[in-house]
Amino acid sequence: MSRADTAGAGVRVRRSWSLGLFAGEFTVTLRRWRTLALLAVLAAVPVLVGIAVKIESDGGSGGGSGGGDGGAGPAFMAQVTNNGLFLVFTALAATLPFFLPMAVGVVAGDAIAGEASAGTLRYLLVAPAGRTRLLLAKYATTVAFCLLATLVVAVSALAVGALLFPLGDLTTISGTRITFGEGLARALLIALVVAASLLGVAALGLFVSTLTNSGIAAMATTVGLLTTVQIVDQIPQLHAVQPYLFPHYWLSFADLMREPIYWDDLQKNLGLQALYVAVFGSAAWARFTTKDITT
Amino acid sequence: MAPYASDDTTSGRRKAVRYVVPVTVVGVAAATIGLVPALADSGDPDLPKITAQQLIEKIAASDVEQLSGTVKITTDLGLPDLGGLAGSLASAGGGAGGAGDGSSADPSARLTELASGTHTLRIAADGPDRQKVSLLEKAAEYSVIHNGADVWGYDSATDEVYHSKSPEGTDAHGKESGRTGAEQAPTPKEFADQALKAVDGTTSVTVDGTVHVAGRDAYKLLVKPKDADSTVGAISIAVDAKTGLPLKFTLTPKSGGAAVVDVGFTQVRFAKPAASTFDFTPPKGAKVTEADDAGHSVADRAKGKGGAGLPGGEGFGGLDGLNVLGDGWDSIATFDTGSGSELPSASKPSGGEAGAFGDLLGSFGDKATGKFGSGTVFSTRLVNALITDDGKVYAGAVTKDALVKAADAAAKK
Repeated sequence: MSRADTAGAGVRVRRSWSLGLFAGEFTVTLRRWRTLALLAVLAAVPVLVGIAVKIESDGGSGGGSGGGDGGAGPAFMAQVTNNGLFLVFTALAATLPFFLPMAVGVVAGDAIAGEASAGTLRYLLVAPAGRTRLLLAKYATTVAFCLLATLVVAVSALAVGALLFPLGDLTTISGTRITFGEGLARALLIALVVAASLLGVAALGLFVSTLTNSGIAAMATTVGLLTTVQIVDQIPQLHAVQPYLFPHYWLSFADLMREPIYWDDLQKNLGLQALYVAVFGSAAWARFTTKDITT
Repeated sequence: MAPYASDDTTSGRRKAVRYVVPVTVVGVAAATIGLVPALADSGDPDLPKITAQQLIEKIAASDVEQLSGTVKITTDLGLPDLGGLAGSLASAGGGAGGAGDGSSADPSARLTELASGTHTLRIAADGPDRQKVSLLEKAAEYSVIHNGADVWGYDSATDEVYHSKSPEGTDAHGKESGRTGAEQAPTPKEFADQALKAVDGTTSVTVDGTVHVAGRDAYKLLVKPKDADSTVGAISIAVDAKTGLPLKFTLTPKSGGAAVVDVGFTQVRFAKPAASTFDFTPPKGAKVTEADDAGHSVADRAKGKGGAGLPGGEGFGGLDGLNVLGDGWDSIATFDTGSGSELPSASKPSGGEAGAFGDLLGSFGDKATGKFGSGTVFSTRLVNALITDDGKVYAGAVTKDALVKAADAAAKK
């Protein structure tokens, strides 16, 4: 009886200790200048897009040239002038292909390899946390960063959109109208989906991070892989492999702005991310738990 | 020493074992991707036997008025890139102005898009007065909404709106575009109606078992031309067993390979769609093109160009009436461009555009000769056309030889 009690208490202690490990990792990550600079760049993108659209709509609204050439530029660009909320979607569409995954790749690539190159990994493992737990805490930190980075873009875009453009009821891309409240709810849902879209890169980055002892090498490899995969995803001749590339369904978050929502590609995207997390997460675990830690 | 050695081997084995996890995940995923479609295909539904006649009646009796669903259209006519070709046709034809000044939300401007590639449409209907068709694009959508007296076209990519009033209105142009809007969706039903029109002694119509389409049990109607000259291999129509609504239409060419046209529901519900589906108010700041304005400007432009004696206009005006040779599947449409050998010279003043267009066509075609003289054959996977050097055009869903034969027969007369 008493043994069961202590065992239960032990589990509780261990759980809170895991949370503590994660919280510690997350604050350390956030305190880095590098992380803050990445977030600042992400927050600046909506400002740039918003000002550019504002200038163009003020200058060229008479000729209507802005709408005429539409289709170029990130998705939803044409609707931003009517409703500031669309700037959230435009900003996410603009940052998702490169800025967001790059930021995630830097944080994920740094997770293990950064500690190794700084010589602090040994000391982390001296604590009775176990390698699996440390790896989980590192991945949880990266996932939290995915969410934080996406929210930074979304909130910055919402602020800029509210400042520069009118807000109000909005038209979905299917032509139906929804209230501003529902629009906000969809914006939040889109932010969550975008954050979830980054989970695959995060797992890939973590795996790469366990392969090397150089933080810079891990970051560069992750971002390089990301760019390569994006290029492969654009080559028409390689269409057979494209449905299995992690960025392939990224822009499917736009389907949340249809009425009714078109779930097919969204499901494919989330399923694909889950697959990448399972494959590279377990590969990272296999590598990290069997690796000789010398630094 | 010994304990260390044994330690090493166990940890070495453990190392290898751990990598089994990611490898297994990959294997399971690959197996799932490969096997699930095969497993999901849980055999054809068990439905009572039915004759072709009964099935066609079922289609005719179908009175589905309320439905919503997703339709996938795949078209493979065997043209290099129809989108580009259509664009060059529009510009090379001197463009009656339609392509240039039309709003991107104009329904007729969007129809050509469906003629090649794979597209996903969403359709919703509630009685004869309210329909909606949306063409799903990357992060954008093009919708045509018919609600009572209004027909709206909305292109979210450019935030442009096209509006035309009352299909029953007095304005002929409005009426026309209204109809385009309502009928733009080539639903399986429309395709089926057209295919069944061709049913006569030249055609075999059979019920070819049952299939699952969009999660519903359906009969498969197989329509096969008996004519040897036809390029149509078979048309298969999946008919919903309960409602009699055609759910899938597939046209395969006789030459084999992928279907030329494949239209089918991937999802369908027969519930009444939400009323808000058909409500449309142009978003603030969107560019709205009224059909009346657009119609007038197009008409004016056409008139102006006609007055200036545009050769293209003359050529089209001088068309000899369209004749149809034969009947059934191997019928051939023929018409005379009228100007005969003058056509090339007449089109010279219109500049390089028409010449370039001719070259473009020539590069697609093959030379053909016969008793009629010589000409050029343009072939796609379904339709072949013969344009003789003296300006006669023969076209149909028939083989090249049949076209040459028809031209020979006409030359003898």
